[in-house]
Amino acid sequence: MGALELKSISKSFGSTEVIKAVDLKVEDGEFCVFVGPSGCGKSTLLRIIAGLEDATDGDILLDGKRVNDVAPAKRELAMVFQTYALYPHLTVRDNMALALKQAGKPRAEITASTDKAAAMLELGPLLDRRPAELSGGQRQRVAIGRAIVRTPKLFLFDEPLSNLDAALRVATRIEIARLHRDLKATMIYVTHDQVEAMTLADRIVVLRSGRVEQVGTPMELYNNPANTFVAGFIGSPQMNFLDAASLGFAPGQVGVRPEHLTISREDGEIAAEVSHVEKLGGETLVYARHPQHGLLTVRLFGEHEYAVSEQVHLTLLLDRIFQFDTEGQRRH
Amino acid sequence: MSARMSTGRTVAAHAVLLTYTLIALFPVFVIVINSFKSRKAIFADPLALPLPGNFDLIGYQTVMKQGDFFLYFQNSLIVTAASLFFVLLFGAMAAFALSEYRFRGNTLMGLYLALGIMIPIRLGTVAILEIMVASGLVNTLTALILVYTAQGLPLAVFILSEFMKSVSNDLKNAGRIDGLSEYRIFFSLVLPLVRPAMATVAVFTMIPIWNDLWFPLILAPSEEVKTVTLGAQVFIGQFVTNWNAVLAALSLAIVPVLVLYLIFSRQLIRGITAGAVK
Ligand SMILES: Nc1ncnc2c1ncn2[C@@H]1O[C@H](COP(=O)(O)OP(=O)(O)OP(=O)(O)O)[C@@H](O)[C@H]1O
Ligand SMILES: [Mg+2]
Repeated sequence: MGALELKSISKSFGSTEVIKAVDLKVEDGEFCVFVGPSGCGKSTLLRIIAGLEDATDGDILLDGKRVNDVAPAKRELAMVFQTYALYPHLTVRDNMALALKQAGKPRAEITASTDKAAAMLELGPLLDRRPAELSGGQRQRVAIGRAIVRTPKLFLFDEPLSNLDAALRVATRIEIARLHRDLKATMIYVTHDQVEAMTLADRIVVLRSGRVEQVGTPMELYNNPANTFVAGFIGSPQMNFLDAASLGFAPGQVGVRPEHLTISREDGEIAAEVSHVEKLGGETLVYARHPQHGLLTVRLFGEHEYAVSEQVHLTLLLDRIFQFDTEGQRRH
Repeated sequence: MSARMSTGRTVAAHAVLLTYTLIALFPVFVIVINSFKSRKAIFADPLALPLPGNFDLIGYQTVMKQGDFFLYFQNSLIVTAASLFFVLLFGAMAAFALSEYRFRGNTLMGLYLALGIMIPIRLGTVAILEIMVASGLVNTLTALILVYTAQGLPLAVFILSEFMKSVSNDLKNAGRIDGLSEYRIFFSLVLPLVRPAMATVAVFTMIPIWNDLWFPLILAPSEEVKTVTLGAQVFIGQFVTNWNAVLAALSLAIVPVLVLYLIFSRQLIRGITAGAVK
């Protein structure tokens, strides 16, 4: 009871086409994450699903029913916004209760649902405060609470954690994962954050300038990227791209992840000069420059000492490389 | 702009502002003190304070006796308040539509509505008078309210639409998903957030309406619909002017605007300090 299907959805603002014939199926209960560079149309697509924006072309189906002309409030979905968007004049309790009141639910039911959501998110002591009296993390929890209260079929999250600090982000991320397990609702989640995408998603949808580049589980995208864009976008630090011809492969590019390069002072395939070293405690990132391949990143576990300007040799793990043709498409 | 601003600059800023305040308040001050003096004292020494000796309430007595000043006050208040209400209501609604909805001719419509800022409505006096005569509205307060609403709308739409563009889209969208109607979104989400701008518009709109002499003189000169400014004119004659009465009437006319201004400026400050979206 929360399956979503998009059939060749397009959206233009004036003459600029922002979403280009997107087809997508999200199964009931699935956690689907949209990722893509800034301005690629993630928020626009989410707003189209919510009904806040009309698609120029195509159909939106919820549970098999076409909902193009259904008002947002009638689509049985809830949305959590990046800026929280709490009603400044209402208390936390009223913020959460508003949608149910609008839907004309009996008062007892409204109180029961708000109390349940408040308990779930530990908002109990804050119920009578106004948004201005809450911290950023608390506001975000209220925003999530407001979404839960409606028991929607479909949750839409638009970068809900990007205004939180790192520690809160981890805590809230875990909270959202737990909610998804408990509520078993379909969730669509937009993020810039690699870790959020990889850890939360059942499936990731990679978007580029309004087109779907690839859809798959996090591990499918990591192990089997369809093209250089997806390969470069999934995984952090970014995949290295080397000139294929000079390594003896068919023309195009060879991609290798930083964790699949080995480094040695004595010998190896590619001689390069260390240009920067980042020590993160658990791992060390070595950036080495090669005249032809550019800056290459090597990821090493544990602490390692490399000096800037030192000469090193890098070797590719041949069973972990990806070959791309001159168009950037994967060679099989 | 913080406490770290150097003392020198603070003093300089205050000096400039105080000087400006003095210059701006001086005419008002002169009017008020002279309204409490006898006619002779006004001309003998206009800057002297009303002391026992030259103190005289003759101006106020004349005002109370002659003409129906309470009625004039009431008329002025009705006209100003009603015009203000319509300017704010329709101005805010038009501004919301212009800033919120994408439709063909949106920009053009905005420009058209803002055009009135540059073209004085008095240029159309003859046509307005003809319309009012044709529709039988001459010598009614309705005529004045209609004209002043038209006069105040361009600036209101212009200022408010700029402010409404800055209201978070997410907030409005959250309202839509929760099932609020566009009217509820406008009245309960957007309007409270643009309250400072509304107060600014209210002040800018109110003063010219209250002070206007032109349209009352042309559209509503009869006794029962006279406004205060027009009423005070009876004391200004071609040959003799009853200065006591004129000054007293003007002093009294200041009070209601002052009260309205205080109300709006409090709104202004409250609006600025209230917590907004984030
Ligand atoms: N109301 C609008 N009018 C015109 N263009 C718009 C409008 N809204 C969005 N766009 C354009 O549509 C494109 C996609 O915007 P969108 O907000 O969906 O990007 P996004 O993927 O969410 O980016 P981000 O990650 O920065 O949030 C952008 O190029 C943007 O300029
Ligand atoms: Mg976005």
